[in-house]
Amino acid sequence: MKKTLIYGYGNPGRQDDGLGARFIDLCEEWVQTIGTGQISLDCNYQLNIEDAEIIAGYEQVIFVDASIVDEIDSYKLEKIAADNSSIEFSMHAVSVGFVLDLCQKIYLKFPETYVLHIKAYSFDFIEELTPAAQSNLEVAFEFLKRYLSGYSQVDSE
Amino acid sequence: MQKVTIEPVTRVEGHGKVTIHLDDNLNVAQTRLHIVEFRGFERFVQGRPYWEAPVLVQRLCGICPVSHHLAAAKALDVIVGAGTGHGLTATGEKMRRLMHYGQMFQSHSLHFFHLSAPDFLLGYDSDPATRNVVGLAVKFPELATKAVLMRKFGQEVIHFTAGKKIHGTGAIPGGINKNLPIEERDILLKGADPLNIDTMIQWAYDAVQLFKDYYMNNKEFVDNFAHFPSNHFSLVRKDGALDFYHGVLRAVDAEGKRILDDVDYQDYNHYIEEEVRSWSYMKFPYLKHIGKENGWYRVGPLARLNTCDFIPSKLAQQEFELYKAHTNGKPNNYCLHTHWARLIELLHAGEVIKELLLDPDLQKDDLVIKGTKLHKGVGLIEAPRGTLFHHYEINDNDQITLANLIVSTTNNNEPMNRSVNYVAKKMMTGQSQITEPMKNAVEIAIRAYDPCLSCATHAMGQMPLDIKLFNVNGEIVDHYRS
Repeated sequence: MKKTLIYGYGNPGRQDDGLGARFIDLCEEWVQTIGTGQISLDCNYQLNIEDAEIIAGYEQVIFVDASIVDEIDSYKLEKIAADNSSIEFSMHAVSVGFVLDLCQKIYLKFPETYVLHIKAYSFDFIEELTPAAQSNLEVAFEFLKRYLSGYSQVDSE
Repeated sequence: MQKVTIEPVTRVEGHGKVTIHLDDNLNVAQTRLHIVEFRGFERFVQGRPYWEAPVLVQRLCGICPVSHHLAAAKALDVIVGAGTGHGLTATGEKMRRLMHYGQMFQSHSLHFFHLSAPDFLLGYDSDPATRNVVGLAVKFPELATKAVLMRKFGQEVIHFTAGKKIHGTGAIPGGINKNLPIEERDILLKGADPLNIDTMIQWAYDAVQLFKDYYMNNKEFVDNFAHFPSNHFSLVRKDGALDFYHGVLRAVDAEGKRILDDVDYQDYNHYIEEEVRSWSYMKFPYLKHIGKENGWYRVGPLARLNTCDFIPSKLAQQEFELYKAHTNGKPNNYCLHTHWARLIELLHAGEVIKELLLDPDLQKDDLVIKGTKLHKGVGLIEAPRGTLFHHYEINDNDQITLANLIVSTTNNNEPMNRSVNYVAKKMMTGQSQITEPMKNAVEIAIRAYDPCLSCATHAMGQMPLDIKLFNVNGEIVDHYRS
């Protein structure tokens, strides 16, 4: 197995925005169980520039994020290319493509990078996920386990 | 009247937009910066046990959770009878200071390298798509590396003091829940180059010199960009020193006359009023005794270096004296000098972190203190963007009955509006379409204040600009989207 980082992001205090962090919670026991030592876990409220340094140490990185994109029914694994366009005029958060681009330019490292999008529905001041998001979380987790074991392909749903 | 709209698009609630109204002669008739301020949180915490607040408030903002965490904890110190700022144990207060100065270090370094430096080094008029830290990485790879590692260092300080990246629990009512073990201290103090505090201080010092070099070569632009007089407001230490964690409230006018004289912030609502304007969801704070018209003020780095008398660390004080000399000791009202002030604060934060790391109090075990419970507490802190107010009241069942928060960006509402008005008049007068320099100028003006636009989820930090130009009949005649 490639040296892999699974990195969830979002605010677990804002209902379904916490899907990334909840996914990492699910992964913790599983990673200990398989015991390969090849999978690391991390999570944060949002991505920022220091994540370029973190992902430089891995061959494969899978970011996990809540998504409200209509085309996603429950989850989607998408391969990400470096993207040097910056869409924020303020600051505070950057995209996965931006982090990857920074990693490539500063550290000359090219980890295979994916985002596991999990469909989200509501962003209220609640810790608990909506039932639909909880269901999506569980099927996305089962998918990722299969994927990392070599039994599923990118873009599966 | 023509109308220009610059509208950032965000995923959840919380956004801002700029509207610029032109008259038939293409003169700027009116400008407004609209920011949706989401106050649902203040209702949400009502009924919750007070001790949950320092963790709950981190839901408010995924960008600066440490500021809300500490401001809430300071308010609850008062409620649990632990005093107002200096009542904690030495370890409790110093661990919180370390957490806060670590946050200041990471936030200020991010702002400089990710936003300011690309503007300075790549040019304000360079391609916006690459006017960022990635663009820096191509042309100045050493600077981009510093940006990443200074952010990382500040985050490490927060991690060791707050406990974890998400929903940190370090500060609790009356103190802190952990000290700093020697092994964690040594990672920050003596870590392998470059991730140690001495290198961080050197890089912060270099950043100040970088800005000064830029300034010397671009003085006319920097000094003439959105320069207008204002009052300035912040906490200062009781002896007048710069202090990000605790102090008394001080305000000075544009000439340096003290208009709020070192008062206790527990009584903040005796001095501060928030005006509601029909066109904005975000309120406009002002000093009550001066009134709405002239009582508005700036907060943040520029304001803090105008209100304080000195900086209590060697290198930052040296830079402060050079900075003050530029305005002959008078308050500095130059909008873009905010970046200069921010870098001096960055340097100071690095020096304070080192001083704290060398303090054996951080390894002691006396972490929490409590006294006679009160039903009301106010906590103030100087967040990276400016003064942050948290005010809580509780009932006999320990439930929160009232929460009132005034965030830094709200405090800067009026000056941000005035900055937009200044640049719009300068750049839009006589223009019938949106120009790139105009868009850049509006961005630069707002960005100097480093606003945190209701960023309770990570997605809220993404701020693409949507600019629409309307003719006199309300029809769109130009549209720009980044």
